[in-house]
Amino acid sequence: MKEIIAALAGNPNAGKTTVFNSLTGAHHHVGNYPGVTVEKKWGIVRYDDVKIRVVDLPGTYSLTAYSLEELVARNFVVEQRPDVVIDVVDASNLERNLYLAIQFMEIGVPLIIVLNMLDLAESRGLKINAGKLSKLLEAPVIPAVATKGKGMDDILEAIVTLASKRDEWHPINISYGNELDGQIDELTETIRKTKLNTDHYPARWLAIKLLEQDEQVQKLVKDSNTGKDLLERSEKFAKHIEDTFDDVPEGLIADHRYGYITSVYKQAVQRTMEERLSLSDKIDKVLINRAFGPLFLAVVLYFTYTIVFQASEFPVSLVEGFFGLIGDLTTRVIPDGLIHSLIVNGIIDGVGGVLSFVPLIMLMFLAIAVLEDSGYMARVAFLLDRMLRYFGLHGNSVLALIVSGGISGGCAVAGVMATRTLRNPKERIATILVSPFMNCGAKLPIYALLISAFFADSQAKVMFVLTLTSWGFALLAARALRSTVLRGSHTPFVMELPPYRMPTVKGLLIHMWERTWHYLKKAGTIILLVSIVIWALSTFPRAPDDWLAGKSAERRAQAEISYTIAGRIGNALEKVTAPLGFDWRTNIALVGGFAAKEIVVSTLGTVYSIGAVDSESPKGLSARLKREPGWTPLKAFSLMLFCMLYAPCFVTLAVIRNETGSWKWTVFAMVYTTSIAYMVSLVVYQGGLFFGIGV
Amino acid sequence: MMEVVQLSKLEIGEKGKVVKVNGKGEISRRIRDMGVVPGAFVEVETKATLGDPIEIKVKGYHLILRGNEAAGIEVEKTG
Repeated sequence: MKEIIAALAGNPNAGKTTVFNSLTGAHHHVGNYPGVTVEKKWGIVRYDDVKIRVVDLPGTYSLTAYSLEELVARNFVVEQRPDVVIDVVDASNLERNLYLAIQFMEIGVPLIIVLNMLDLAESRGLKINAGKLSKLLEAPVIPAVATKGKGMDDILEAIVTLASKRDEWHPINISYGNELDGQIDELTETIRKTKLNTDHYPARWLAIKLLEQDEQVQKLVKDSNTGKDLLERSEKFAKHIEDTFDDVPEGLIADHRYGYITSVYKQAVQRTMEERLSLSDKIDKVLINRAFGPLFLAVVLYFTYTIVFQASEFPVSLVEGFFGLIGDLTTRVIPDGLIHSLIVNGIIDGVGGVLSFVPLIMLMFLAIAVLEDSGYMARVAFLLDRMLRYFGLHGNSVLALIVSGGISGGCAVAGVMATRTLRNPKERIATILVSPFMNCGAKLPIYALLISAFFADSQAKVMFVLTLTSWGFALLAARALRSTVLRGSHTPFVMELPPYRMPTVKGLLIHMWERTWHYLKKAGTIILLVSIVIWALSTFPRAPDDWLAGKSAERRAQAEISYTIAGRIGNALEKVTAPLGFDWRTNIALVGGFAAKEIVVSTLGTVYSIGAVDSESPKGLSARLKREPGWTPLKAFSLMLFCMLYAPCFVTLAVIRNETGSWKWTVFAMVYTTSIAYMVSLVVYQGGLFFGIGV
Repeated sequence: MMEVVQLSKLEIGEKGKVVKVNGKGEISRRIRDMGVVPGAFVEVETKATLGDPIEIKVKGYHLILRGNEAAGIEVEKTG
């Protein structure tokens, strides 16, 4: 028997991902659906010698043409014609979950309904008669508790049984009211007779979608003469419905689907006890209380970051030690010279510097996975939506901003990827463009260095100011973008607030690993490349001996660098950056920072010729800068602001390119941030000089 | 005859039965897809700090929507 293709569908929060992971084990394949940024995951299972390919469809509530996810899900079903669709429904929230199931039944694809979270439903006093439900819906209904692995074999067996029947597709025939039924029948008849697109699409489904004014189906048929006739008829009918019912056909169709579900629900579900306030509801009485909600949010975020930073200190030092060791070993094996310098100063220091942040980033991702999987992140979106909307963003932007470093830490790479939950392209691009302003983990070593050198008495205060400043700039920039280049309406915020759930270890690990892997892949490729380029730029051309002659050892190292391309770039830029307080050595560091912000610190170390600087404890360098003439608290502050705001690192830019699919926005992201950074530092430095603050 | 008001006008703890979902296009469709259809019972659970968005209970689960969207939903007050 050839392999069976089973598409896994379901509402968000119905446990679809848990079912997918339990069915397919650890081996997943990840790709994109053709032409869109929606991620496609699939896995292979064997059951009774049959190979089953389980394709994870995006989680959706419906199958309209409005959202990309829904379009992808339904196109996969009608175009790829999987052997079965497995619809995971949340048994404790059956009515709304069946709404999607009904729509698969309208298409007619062989359907298996997985009644997930049955334990939760029972604890809430809902007794669901699976046999009755199966009979009413004419589809196998499998009781399951995916988090405990219950029912998984039954699902596999049902897939094999249903697929072996190899039936024709049988679209369900439910009534949408007299008027609509008559019109659907007429349109279906015409579609059948003319065989319009019927090799792929069920005729009745096309008719329903035409009446729903579904844009994609309208486009599909508009080129043929029959299609034009159908469009005309469906539009005329829509007008008629609007006149008689003061409503739109798609609204009436949705209402009737729910009507049908309500009657099924009443027959198959019994309530065995009065509805009580669930634990989740009780928790929410406090956590999203009008007064305490925002306060509690601040506390949660503060502790999340504190724990992540403290817990990662040790593993970060281990990784750093590991790279230090490799550097030492290499030094012993390879003789001093160009190759040695390339490998140790270029590759090991460059890539190692970035990889040493991996434990921190992994823990960050773990913490974020906990906030997401427990359901708290949805509450955060609820609490902050009003404020974000004022700045032209959306409640769902908050995840991206926090992941990017909303309270210092985080990483814009993951943040930009987290914007996928935003459906409006303009709100999404605005979120992508402002996320890099947040204080990501790579900017922290810069702050640590400069704060300990120039603001040792008020470390926490300065850090707090920097956090507020980054939020301020991100929000103001968003507002500015949304009222100029990204002007447009707000998308509605209609979101399910899922009950709190205890996250599963497996789910957390998978989430954490997926995001970390993205980061590692970039570090392994782009950062390696950039490290080599930076090394070459700051090594060649090499200063001739007679040019260096007569200089002291300390001056000599600096002179060597100023002779290289990087040095010359730094010198050339001095004209532009002098008003901000930056000399050529700072410029070299900032140019290096285009690759990754951590590089600012290591480059400063190199140009101030005190050898390799440990980016975690840059005590030596900070003492050195304090002594250095030309360095003032004002210059340090100006530099910190510049580092906060200027161009996103290469990795982030690469991800922005991927996520927006546009070079235009990628270049824009680099140019507008750097312009803002320049203006802000200019105003701060010149203002400081004028008023004599921090000089 | 019960009093018909916009859902956005209900206070925290008040209940109602949906009589009509106004509006065309995506927003009204999305709201109905989520189960806010005529005949459905809704209850306002809480409102965010600035009174917007609001959280309602419908068909046994919790749904968040903004005041704008809630204003397009007409409900018959039931308590």
